[in-house]
Amino acid sequence: MTAKGGVQYSKIAEIKGPLVVVDDVENAAFDELVEIETKEGERRLGKVLEVGNGKAIVQVFEGTTGLSISGTSAKFVGKLMEMPVSKEVLGRVFDGLGRPKDGLPDPIADKFIDINGEPMNPEQREYPKDFIQTGVSVIDGMITLVRGQKLPIFSGSGMSHNILAAQIARQANVVGTKDDFAVVFAAIGVQYSEAEYFRRSLEESGALKRSVLFLNTADDPAIERIITPRVALTVAEYLAFDLGMHVLVILTDMTNYAEALREISAAREEVPGRKGYPGYLYTDLSTIYERAGKLNGRKGSVTQVPILSMPSDDITHPIPDLTGYITEGQVVLGRDLFRQGVYPPINILMSLSRLMKDGIGAGSTREDHSEVSNQVYDAYSRAQEVRALAGIVGKAGLTEIDLKYMDVGDVFEKEFLTQATDENRTIEETLNLLWKIVSKLPKNEITKIKDKYVDQYYQEN
Amino acid sequence: MAAQGRIVWVSGPAVKADGMSDAKMYETVVVGNSKLVGEVIRLTGDVAFIQVYESTSGLKPGEPVVGTGNPLSVLLGPGIIGQIYDGIQRPLKELSKASGSFIGRGITTTPVDMIKKYHFVPTVSNGDTVAAGNIIGTVQETDLIVHSIMVPPDHLGGKISNIVSEGDYNLETVLATTEKDGEKIPLKMYHRWPVRKPRPYKNRYDPTVPLLTGQRVIDTFFPIAKGGTGSIPGAFGTGKTVTLHQIAKWADSQVVVYIGCGERGNEMTEVLVEFPHLKDPRSGKPLMDRTVLVANTSNMPVAAREASIYTGVTIAEYYRDMGYDVVLVADSTSRWAESLREMSGRLEEMPAEEGYPSYLASRLAEFYERAGRVRATGSPDRDGSVTLVGAVSPSGGDFTEPVTTHTMRFIKTFWALDAKLAYSRHYPSINWMNSYSGYLGDIAKWWGENINSDWLSLRSEAYGVLQREDTLKEIVRLLGPEALPDEEKIILEVARMLKIGLLQQNSFDDVDTYCSPQKQYKLLKLLVEFYRRGQQALKEGASLADIRAMPIVSTLLKARMDIKDNEMPKLDQLDIDMKEQFKSIIGVKVSS
Repeated sequence: MTAKGGVQYSKIAEIKGPLVVVDDVENAAFDELVEIETKEGERRLGKVLEVGNGKAIVQVFEGTTGLSISGTSAKFVGKLMEMPVSKEVLGRVFDGLGRPKDGLPDPIADKFIDINGEPMNPEQREYPKDFIQTGVSVIDGMITLVRGQKLPIFSGSGMSHNILAAQIARQANVVGTKDDFAVVFAAIGVQYSEAEYFRRSLEESGALKRSVLFLNTADDPAIERIITPRVALTVAEYLAFDLGMHVLVILTDMTNYAEALREISAAREEVPGRKGYPGYLYTDLSTIYERAGKLNGRKGSVTQVPILSMPSDDITHPIPDLTGYITEGQVVLGRDLFRQGVYPPINILMSLSRLMKDGIGAGSTREDHSEVSNQVYDAYSRAQEVRALAGIVGKAGLTEIDLKYMDVGDVFEKEFLTQATDENRTIEETLNLLWKIVSKLPKNEITKIKDKYVDQYYQEN
Repeated sequence: MAAQGRIVWVSGPAVKADGMSDAKMYETVVVGNSKLVGEVIRLTGDVAFIQVYESTSGLKPGEPVVGTGNPLSVLLGPGIIGQIYDGIQRPLKELSKASGSFIGRGITTTPVDMIKKYHFVPTVSNGDTVAAGNIIGTVQETDLIVHSIMVPPDHLGGKISNIVSEGDYNLETVLATTEKDGEKIPLKMYHRWPVRKPRPYKNRYDPTVPLLTGQRVIDTFFPIAKGGTGSIPGAFGTGKTVTLHQIAKWADSQVVVYIGCGERGNEMTEVLVEFPHLKDPRSGKPLMDRTVLVANTSNMPVAAREASIYTGVTIAEYYRDMGYDVVLVADSTSRWAESLREMSGRLEEMPAEEGYPSYLASRLAEFYERAGRVRATGSPDRDGSVTLVGAVSPSGGDFTEPVTTHTMRFIKTFWALDAKLAYSRHYPSINWMNSYSGYLGDIAKWWGENINSDWLSLRSEAYGVLQREDTLKEIVRLLGPEALPDEEKIILEVARMLKIGLLQQNSFDDVDTYCSPQKQYKLLKLLVEFYRRGQQALKEGASLADIRAMPIVSTLLKARMDIKDNEMPKLDQLDIDMKEQFKSIIGVKVSS
C-alpha cells in the first residue's frame, strides 16, 4: 500500500506517542492517508485524525520510534486509505496494513476499496437465517451460528479459544450446499505461535488456498492494529459481495485492538470513558462488527467470529461489555470448565446466539430444536443450583428430583459438551444428545416442550 | 440571509467553520463540496461549531459551509407510516436507490412521496374560521390510519377560502387558503416542525388507561399507562430488544414509532422483514400499517444518532395530535447519551460523571417530558397520547451508572432486566423484585371496570408470594429446602409456578407471544386459587407431595402455551379440574 503523487510537507511541529503534528498544512483532508519519510528514507504510513488552522494531527501506524522533528517529512497522499483487492488475494498472507508478507509481489488489483467501508443500509440487509453446521454440538445445538451473523468468543488468557475457532473454520458448512466459501483471518497483536497454529490448521485441512491471512503479531507496531481488522473486512466484503463467496472472518484478539485505540485516545488527551477507554469505543467497535451480514440480491455473506480475551475473565470489562451490546450473541468460555479439562469449555448459561431462533426449526434443523434446547438450558441451570446446594447440605440432603438434575449436569458436560477437536458431529447427532439429556428428567418436569415432541423423541430409560 | 462560511477545522463528526456570524443555534447547514448535512451546536464570534450527520472522511479545510436558515425539522404529512428513516428523516429506501447497498453521502431526498395522491375529504368549508391545530380534512393513509390534515400549530389561523372539493390530491396541492388581517397563507397536506421543539397541546391528563402489551409480567405486574414513561435497562443478552419488539408488536396503540438508535443493523432488518407479515391482534391488519421506523444503527454517523430520538418523538407527537395513542420505543437511550458525550468531548466541555456532559440529565428529562396523554389543540376535540419506552444499556450491567440513574428520575415504570434470570432462560428476564410501576393505582380502576374488580387484590396476593419466596430462598440457600415446613414449602412451589406459568413468556411461540388481558387475569386467578386451595389442603391434612403430584400442576404450567386466547372456557374448566383434584387428595387423607 504505497501511493504516488500528493503534497509534501516538512514542518513537523511535535511528536507525541503515536501522533505527529504537522504544521503549515494547507490542503489536507480528514482521514487522508499520509506517508511519513524519515531522514534515512524509511517510509511509514499514517492517517489524518484532525485537520485545521494550518495543523494536521497524523496517527502513524508503525509508531513514531526513531522519528525526529528535523529531517522527517510528511506527504499527504490525496486519498483515503485503500486496499487493493482481486481474486488473487486468496491463499495470500499480508501484514497488518495489508502489505504482502509471504515474499510474493502485490496482488494485481481488480479495484481499490476504502478500508473504512460504508455502513450497510439496514433496508438493504437480508435477515440472516441459514444455519451453519460447525460440527461442535454445543454451538449447533445451543448457540447456533447463522450466515451473516457476528458471534464473538469471549475468552480469557490461556484458554482454548484458538483451537475452537480453528475447529469452526475447518468444519463450518451449510448442510446441503456447495457454495463457494472463504476464510479471512486477522491476527491482531497475538503471539506468533497462535497465528502460526491457525495457519497450520488451515493448511492441514486444505483450506489455506481459499483463505486470506492478515498478521499483526505481538511484536508488530501496536497502532497498526487499528487498521488490521479493517483491511481484513474490506477483503471479506469484496469476496462476499463482489465475488459471491460465503466468508468467515476470524478476528483475534479484539482486546489488543481496543488497547491500541486507547493509546491513541490518550495521546490526543481526550476525556476518557470507563477504564481509560475512549467514550467512542462502542461506536468505533461497531464500525468493525457491523460489517457482517447479508445483502438483498447478492449471493455472498460475511460471518464474523471475533475473539477477545476478557481482562481478568471479567465480562463487565468495557471491551467484552461493549462488544456484547453490538454482536448478535456471545460464546463465553468458562474458567472452571477449562480447569476441569473440558473441551470446548463453553459456559452455556452465559452464552447466547440472538439469531438462533430464525436459523433453526423445521426446514433447517428440526422442528423440536428450539424447545428441546430451551429445556436443556433450563435443566442445566437447575443442575447448577442443585450442585451449589449439594455443596452445602450434601448429596443426602437432596430430593429425588434434585438428584435427577445432578445427572442432567453430568450428562450435559461429559457427553454433550465434551468433544474431540477433530470430531465433527451432525445436527442429528447433536439433537439426539440433547434428548438424551432431557430424558434424564421425568416427563412432568418437562415444561418447555410440546407434548407431541415429547411423545416422539423422549428416550425411555 | 443565509450564512456562508468555510471550514477551518475537521475532527470526526465535528467541524468548525468561520464566516458564520449569520448562523443561528441549531440551524441546519450544508457542509463541504459533497453537501453533507450538519447542525450548528455552538457559536463563538464568527466561528460555528457544527455536528455533521454524515461521515466526514475526505472533508478539507477551505470547503464551503452554507446555512439553510431553518432548524433541523421533520416533514409531517401522509406517507410517514410504514417508512424506515435514518436519524434525520431520510427514507432508507430512497438512499439505497441513490447509493446501493451501502449508505452514501450527500444524498438529498424527500421524507415522503410528494407526488403520490391521497383521497382528501374536506371537513371545513369556505368561510369557516380555523385556528392552529384545527382539522381541515382527512386522507386514508394506510388501512389502519386515517390521517387528519391539521392547520400547523404555529399557524395564525384565519378564514378559509378556496378549499378544494373531495378528491385525489398530492402533497404539494394547495388544499385551502387562510386569510387573516389581509395575510393569505396556503395550506397543504404537510407542514414542517423543528424536532427539538415539543408540539403544543391544549391540556394534559393523568394517565389512567393501561397500555396493554400482551406481556404478562408487564400488564399484570408492572403496567405502564397510555401517555406514561417506562425504561428497560439491562446488560447485553438480557433480552431488551426482544422485549421492545414485543411491545412494538402487541401494544394496543394505533401508531408505533420504533427508534433503533445506535443498535444493530440486523435488528432493524428483522422488524422490516417481520412486521409486514404479523397481524395486529385487534384489527387483523399488517403491523407495518401502523409502524414508523427510525434507524440509525451503531455504525451510522454518531451525530445523526443524537437527532434520531427527536425525529422520532416529533413524529409521535404529530400522530398524537390527530387523536391517536402512540407508543414510541427507543433502543437504546444509552447510545444516544454516548453520542452526546462524544460531541461534548469534541467541544471540549467540562465533563461530569464518566465523561458524560453535565446536561445529560436535563436532556433526558426534556425527552421523557414529551410523553403524555393530552387534549390536542384546535377543533374538533380529540385526545391522544404518546407513551415513551426507552431501553438503557448500562455498561457492565451496572444500574448505578449515570444514564440509568438519571433516567430513573424521570420515568415511572422501571423494568429491570436481570442477567441471572436470562442465564437460566427465564424470559422476559424482568426482575420482579427490582422492577416497579408508578401507574398501578391509576390503572386499577380500568382493570376493575373492564376485566374484574378483584384484579388488584389477586395481583397483590401473587406478588406477596413472590416476595415471601425471595426471603425464604435465603434460608434454603443456607439450610436446604427440607429445613422448611410444608406451609412454607408451598410458597416456594407456588412461586415456581408463578414464574413458569405466568411471568415467563415465550415470544417465539405462536400462542404465548401475545396474551390478552382476559387470559392474563384467568391465569393469575388460577394460580392464586391454587395457592389458596393448597394452603387449605395442607391444613386439612394433605401432604405437599400429594399436591405436587397432582396432574393439574403441569397443566397449569403449560396453559399459557396450550390454551389460545379464544379458548377461555378451557381455562374455566381447569379451575373445575383443580378443585376436583384438591378434593381427591384431601379425601385420600381422611379415609386412610
